[in-house]
Amino acid sequence: MPKLSAILTLTSSLILGVGGVWIAYNVDMLPVSASMNAPVYDELYRVLFIIGCILFIGMTSLVVYSLVQFRRKPGETGDGINLEGNISLEIFWTAVPAIVVLFVGLYSYDIYDRMGGMQPLMHDHNGQMGNQEERVWGGIGSGPIETSSSNNSSSLPIELTAMQFAFIFHYPKGNIISGELHVPVGKEVSLKMESKDVIHAFWVPQFRLKQDVIPGQPTILNFTPTKAGNFPIVCAELCGPYHGGMRSNVIVDEQEDFDNWLRENSKETI
Amino acid sequence: MTISLKPNNSPPEKLQPSGWLKYLSFSLDHKVIGLQYLVCGFLFYLIGGSLAGAIRVELVSPLSDFMPREVYNQVLTLHGTIMIFLWIVPVVNGAFGNYLIPFYVGARDMAFPRLNAVAFWLIPPSGLMLITSYFINGAAQSGWTAYPPLSITTPAAGQIIWILSVLLLGGSSIFGGINFIATILKLRRPGLKLMQLPMYCWAMLGTSILVVLSTPVLAGTLILLSFDIVAHTGFFNPSLGGNVIVYQHLFWFYSHPAVYIMVLPAFGLVSEILPIHSRKPLFGYTTMVFSIMGIVVLGLIVWAHHMFTSGTPPWMRLFFTIATAFIAVPTGIKFFNWVATLWGGKISLNAAMLFSCGFIINFVLGGITGVALAQVPFDVHVHDTYFVVAHFHYIVYGGSVFVIFSSIYHWFPKFTGRMLNENLGRFHFIITFIGFNLCFAPQHWLGLNGMPRRVAEYDPQFQLINQISSVGALLMALSTLPFLWNIFQSILYGDEAGDNPWKALTPEWLTSSPPPVENWEGEAPLVLEPYGYGQRDSNETQEQKK
Repeated sequence: MPKLSAILTLTSSLILGVGGVWIAYNVDMLPVSASMNAPVYDELYRVLFIIGCILFIGMTSLVVYSLVQFRRKPGETGDGINLEGNISLEIFWTAVPAIVVLFVGLYSYDIYDRMGGMQPLMHDHNGQMGNQEERVWGGIGSGPIETSSSNNSSSLPIELTAMQFAFIFHYPKGNIISGELHVPVGKEVSLKMESKDVIHAFWVPQFRLKQDVIPGQPTILNFTPTKAGNFPIVCAELCGPYHGGMRSNVIVDEQEDFDNWLRENSKETI
Repeated sequence: MTISLKPNNSPPEKLQPSGWLKYLSFSLDHKVIGLQYLVCGFLFYLIGGSLAGAIRVELVSPLSDFMPREVYNQVLTLHGTIMIFLWIVPVVNGAFGNYLIPFYVGARDMAFPRLNAVAFWLIPPSGLMLITSYFINGAAQSGWTAYPPLSITTPAAGQIIWILSVLLLGGSSIFGGINFIATILKLRRPGLKLMQLPMYCWAMLGTSILVVLSTPVLAGTLILLSFDIVAHTGFFNPSLGGNVIVYQHLFWFYSHPAVYIMVLPAFGLVSEILPIHSRKPLFGYTTMVFSIMGIVVLGLIVWAHHMFTSGTPPWMRLFFTIATAFIAVPTGIKFFNWVATLWGGKISLNAAMLFSCGFIINFVLGGITGVALAQVPFDVHVHDTYFVVAHFHYIVYGGSVFVIFSSIYHWFPKFTGRMLNENLGRFHFIITFIGFNLCFAPQHWLGLNGMPRRVAEYDPQFQLINQISSVGALLMALSTLPFLWNIFQSILYGDEAGDNPWKALTPEWLTSSPPPVENWEGEAPLVLEPYGYGQRDSNETQEQKK
């Protein structure tokens, strides 16, 4: 009998494991991925989804199984077994979630690091800011540290000013002001954001990135688009009556088209 | 030395009204106060639910066409505030806490009966004040989080009334918390040890510690915010040198523990209900106690996970990721222990049991999405989207509200002396469970795909899913009808319950239903094993106790 129950437990957990992985690989709930950190994000999402599926299906089947198997049959009286606990079982299900959580935590640290989230984003390290005691927080980079320091010539600096209920983009290079964000494929963009009135948030679902745009506290968001196309920019922080309408577009062009757009719109010769 | 009091044989003066009028009086009886909390909370639930209905009607179409945009923001602010501060917190703490805790510790009332009555009577006026603010110049429009500068720049009258109302409700909550701590620690019947108390006492002790530690922080924050609005100070106003991030830290220092203030008592109630209806002892009492206390400690150091996309430096994001994820460990223990409590029992599939099991399933899903949301890189995509709305409602509706219904089915016979109709109850469960999951499960997808929360208009590609969600909301609204019918019909014509219809061992069942004012006719029973089911003599002992 114990042998049978061991085999049953093993088979059902195997089915659960395989089922969870199958669901996670076959149910795709994410939009197109269009930035360098989006595939990294999707990897994390998949791992979390697998663990989540296994846990959820496992717990639900345990509850439903118990309700069916141990239901009180008509005419039955009396109590269930007098089982007040089982130390080794309890240690087991303290340890397993602890290990899972530790694994998930370390793994997501790694993901965050690969997204560039752990690199210092302090703007005041470079000389041009002078003595301004400006703290710039936030954001996620998109590559290893050496390519994404904010004053690196390889990244395209853009300033974002948010207000009720619009995003205004300013390109220092060419002094262009635009209501839509134009960026080239494959080049790192460094968005420096500040709000004029209330808190807004800059979110591009296809980039898997979001950063609040805060009055009185500049924030930075670094990303590298990888797919040409037209993606929505969504304000994600309640900012007033027209919050739902505060949307814009990010237009990701090939480098050549982007250069043309820059040339056509710039107020200064580059 | 002995003190002898002259027996007072003259009938006591009638100081308080009897009959149904006592429920409208400044009664000091913990049972009356408990039911006052419950009924008052349920009335506010109906109002908050209607507001939720209005939100779901607005979201049937992608355009803002059902109500003006300002009104929509007022509605979502009122919905959140009412559901949290006037329905779930007062009911899981105030209603069941007041009714049950004196029974569980073997006392005749709470430690401070007058403070208790004051705590309740703060609620109806502040609730009414909050709702009437809608008719005077419009209610607050900045969400239940009231982030400045939005809360400073939206019309001041509504925001100030909102702050006053939340301050009063917070005060009520603190009074209640002090009362519970004093009652559990100091009013225990002689001979009853802490580790022999029913689990709900531990849940309420933990919750009350959280209430007493964190609510004053919210009060201070809101007072500063009101200064910013009324006196144009600059605590949180960036144009006057204030800092909006500080507000978020202070606000979430209360409002994350507030989630535990809403679910820990629910955990306690489930721990009472499951053993009785599966006729088995609560599995792993000691680990349950430690996991409650673990949740209390961890719950105080995770607040900044609400601010991962706000102005927080990377190291801070990381610390709060780890701390938050670790809450899953004590919470997980509780869920495994509940399933182990079911295992090998003799389970009655009644409404109380079904709602409790529905809670387990819903909360596991909410917990899984919670651990996912705790991961910074995951959160930067779905923060402030419908994914969070779904997660949160799986916790507070699928969790706490399911437990409230379960508890009403379980304790109604004790409250009234009559049984509820079980078939109607099971029907109520099925409609609620289907409606709830239909409403909130699709919202995970909406959030992942780009729909932010708190919007009146959205990208047309999300219309179908929003309509499905609204159908679920309609089912949830309809599910209230069989419940209300069941309550009214059973109060008048329900079967007589007798003292102990569930053959339970916890002390509230070892007296008449409804119980006398002094809780027990004679001395309070000493219940050393509140979960002693399945012991050979458990039924006999119970007979003797009767």
